This record gives sequence, C-alpha cells and structure tokens, in this order.
Amino acid sequence: MAERRTGGARVELDGVGVQYPNGTLAVRDVTLAIDGGTFAVLLGPSGCGKSTLVRTINRMIEPTSGTVRIDGGDVRARDATLLRREIGYVIQAVGLFPHYTVAENVAVVPTLLGWDRARIARRVDELLGLVSLEPARYRARKPRELSGGEAQRVGVARALAAEPRVLLMDEPFAAVDAIVRRALQDEIARVHREIGTTIVFVTHDVDEALRLADRVVVMNAGRVVQTGQPAEILARPAGDFVRSLVGVDTETRRLVAERPLLS
Amino acid sequence: MTYLLAHGGIVAQRLGEHVVLVAIALAIALPIALPLGVLAARRPRLGAAILATTGALYTIPSLALLALLVVVLGIGPLSAIVALVVYAQLGLVRGVVAGLRGVDPALVEAARGLGLTARQTLLRVEFPVALPVVLGGVRLAAITLVALATVAGWIDAGGLGTLIFEGLAEHHTQPVVVGALAAAALAIAADAALRGAERWARR
Repeated sequence: MAERRTGGARVELDGVGVQYPNGTLAVRDVTLAIDGGTFAVLLGPSGCGKSTLVRTINRMIEPTSGTVRIDGGDVRARDATLLRREIGYVIQAVGLFPHYTVAENVAVVPTLLGWDRARIARRVDELLGLVSLEPARYRARKPRELSGGEAQRVGVARALAAEPRVLLMDEPFAAVDAIVRRALQDEIARVHREIGTTIVFVTHDVDEALRLADRVVVMNAGRVVQTGQPAEILARPAGDFVRSLVGVDTETRRLVAERPLLS
Repeated sequence: MTYLLAHGGIVAQRLGEHVVLVAIALAIALPIALPLGVLAARRPRLGAAILATTGALYTIPSLALLALLVVVLGIGPLSAIVALVVYAQLGLVRGVVAGLRGVDPALVEAARGLGLTARQTLLRVEFPVALPVVLGGVRLAAITLVALATVAGWIDAGGLGTLIFEGLAEHHTQPVVVGALAAAALAIAADAALRGAERWARR
C-alpha cells in the first residue's frame, strides 16, 4: 500500500451547543477532546444530537454556542467550503453522484483542489484498492451498477481522497444488511489502522460502537453522558441510561468486556 | 399536393421562418426560465407565486396577447417572439423546478460536505441530475411554441401561419391544409428530437 500515514488531527469541542430556529436544543454544552488518530464513536439513540454534533465539526451546522477546534484552530476562522475539503465526510445515504463514474466520484475533492490528472488517476486506484474494490473492474462503473456495500466503499474512498486528517462518518453502515455491515466495519477498522486518520463515527448500534471504537462517547438528549474505552463503558456504565443502553448481554459485549483495558 | 408542387419554395420558406421564430423564442426564454426555476425551487413561497404567474400568463388567449403586443410593439416578428417567450415560461420553469426538486437531498448534502460551493453543487450536481426533467419541460415548451407560432402569421410575422391565414382570406383550402400539416409535422419532429435528447441525458 503506497498510502502514507497521514496522521490524524486533534478535534476539540468546547462547550458546544446547537439550538435550532424552532427552539429545540439538539446539543447542550458538549465539551470533548478527541486525540489525533483516535477512532471515536458517538453512540446514542436517534434524536440524541449525535449527528448534529458531528456536523458542527465540518461546519455543515454552525453551533449556537461554544467552539470547535481542529489541531487547535477554531473552525470558524476557516472558509467553510475550504475546511470541508480537508475533512472526510461519509453519510448513510452515501450520495454518490449518479452521472459520475466511480473514478470521477472518488476524484471530486482532488479535482476541486486542482491536482493534476496523473496524480488523481494514481490516487483513485490507490483508494479503490484501499477499500477492496479492484480498480480495473470498478473505475468506470456508474453508481447504479454498484451494490449498497460497494457504493459505501466508494463513499469511503471519496471521503479519503485528499488525505483528510479527520474523517466524519454519520451512520455510514446503517442502510446495509448485517453481513455487509460486518464486512464494512472490518474494512474501516483496517483502513483506520493503515492511515491513522482521526475518525468521528456516529451510530445508534451498540455492537458497532463497541467493535470499532478506541473511544466511545455516549450521548443522550443532547448531552455527553459518558466517554471511555469500550471495556470501561461496559464495566462501569455511568448511570442507568448507559447501563440500559449497553446492558443486553450479547456475545460481542462479553467478548469486548473480556478485552483487557488498554493503558 | 398540387399546391405543394407548385409552391414548394414558399412552403419551405414559411417552414424555415417558423423554425426560426420558435428557436429564437426558446433561446430567449431559456435564460429567463433557468434562474426563475432555480429561485422557485429554492424558495417554496416565491416559487408558488412564480408558477402561478407563469400559469396565469399561459391562460391568456394567444390572439388576445398578440393583439395587445401589437399595440405596443407593432406588427411583425418582434411581437410574435415576445408572445412566444411568455408562453414558453410555464413549461420551462415547471421543468426546472420539478427537475431540481427531484434531486436526491443526499446528493446535495454529500456535495456540500465534500466542499463544493453552492454554485458548484448547482452546476456540477443538481443541474446534470435534473437535466432529463428540465429537457422534458423544454420539449413541452417547444411543442407549444410550434403550435402557437402559427398565429404569428396573423400579425405578419411569417411562419406557417402565413399560409393558413392567406389561404383563409383567399378561400383557398390547399395552403391552409399544407400549412396546418407542416406545423403538425414540425411539432412531431421537435417532440421526437427532444425525446432523444432526454434519453441521452438519462443514460
């Protein structure tokens, strides 16, 4: 793999709140620091504010209070469009452009950044390989010729194209069936190990969170209620909400609970 | 048929004028309809007002509109073209609005999230994806204009309508029939050509 380790940026949320124009407080005073290279998973029920929170990082949503910093720099100091080109973004609906080929989809951000064609072509093949899609077979396909799992692999490749130091993933695997989801989870875990970018991943799926996270951030009603390694969350749930959320004794959770605490 | 053989040149000339009238009107109407359609798709309340206005204009009888325009702009192609531009707006604006509203919101979310500006999102994602539906609007507008452009003959603006109105005035059935059939054939041809364009855009 020619991919170099890009390293990940540190993401800090400082007293972040988001109030919608109708008065709803989607996010309430969240303070959170995610170290560079961490795979952080925001876990919580639907409507808990986790998607809203992750979208403040790339300024798709502007917080009504507090500050978001990437590597110490306030994101508001940056032009939102230019900022987003440096942050990977994967959504549940994937949103591949249907009139573009797979290669053209992956090339969107490098093209915006003005990379030359040879470099873009090299990068596209490298990324398709990274997400386990054989470049020669997939490069020229249109999105309608892809399965749901393949489409989301392309979505991940597109998000990683310009070597972002932060990758935001908003319920990326929620729309695919369980077997494909499992494969995609293994894939993103491997990609994370290979490129070491900071990942902020949103899910309502407890098993997914425990399987992927270096650090789980449990949210409820707009607040962070607990953060910790998966084993910590399982061993010492902070309060009834977390206990009931992670409490069901599935096989995965037993396995994770048996994982030694990382130092 | 004997008329067509004897006056083939004049029929071809009127057909050519007809095509030019419709083409000029569409060429002027599209640059007006595109921004109106974008505005209407983006702002629902303003959009309702724009669509209501284009709909109301469309209901004005063509002879009445032409008569009014002649008072202001005089006899000739200018009045005809202005009338056709007005009538084209309904189909064109509706096509643009329907096309843009039909774009999957996930595409816009992904585009903005990747760092496309609002303008880049519109030009590189929304318009291309909406294109088949927009072309459907162009097709409807073109067919409508081919039919309406016959009344241009009434105000001395040329086109196939000239054959029809002259024939009526002189009690000659043949030019009337030839003019009408030629207009119908032109409408069918425009329809087929633009359907082809829609299929191409959908590929």
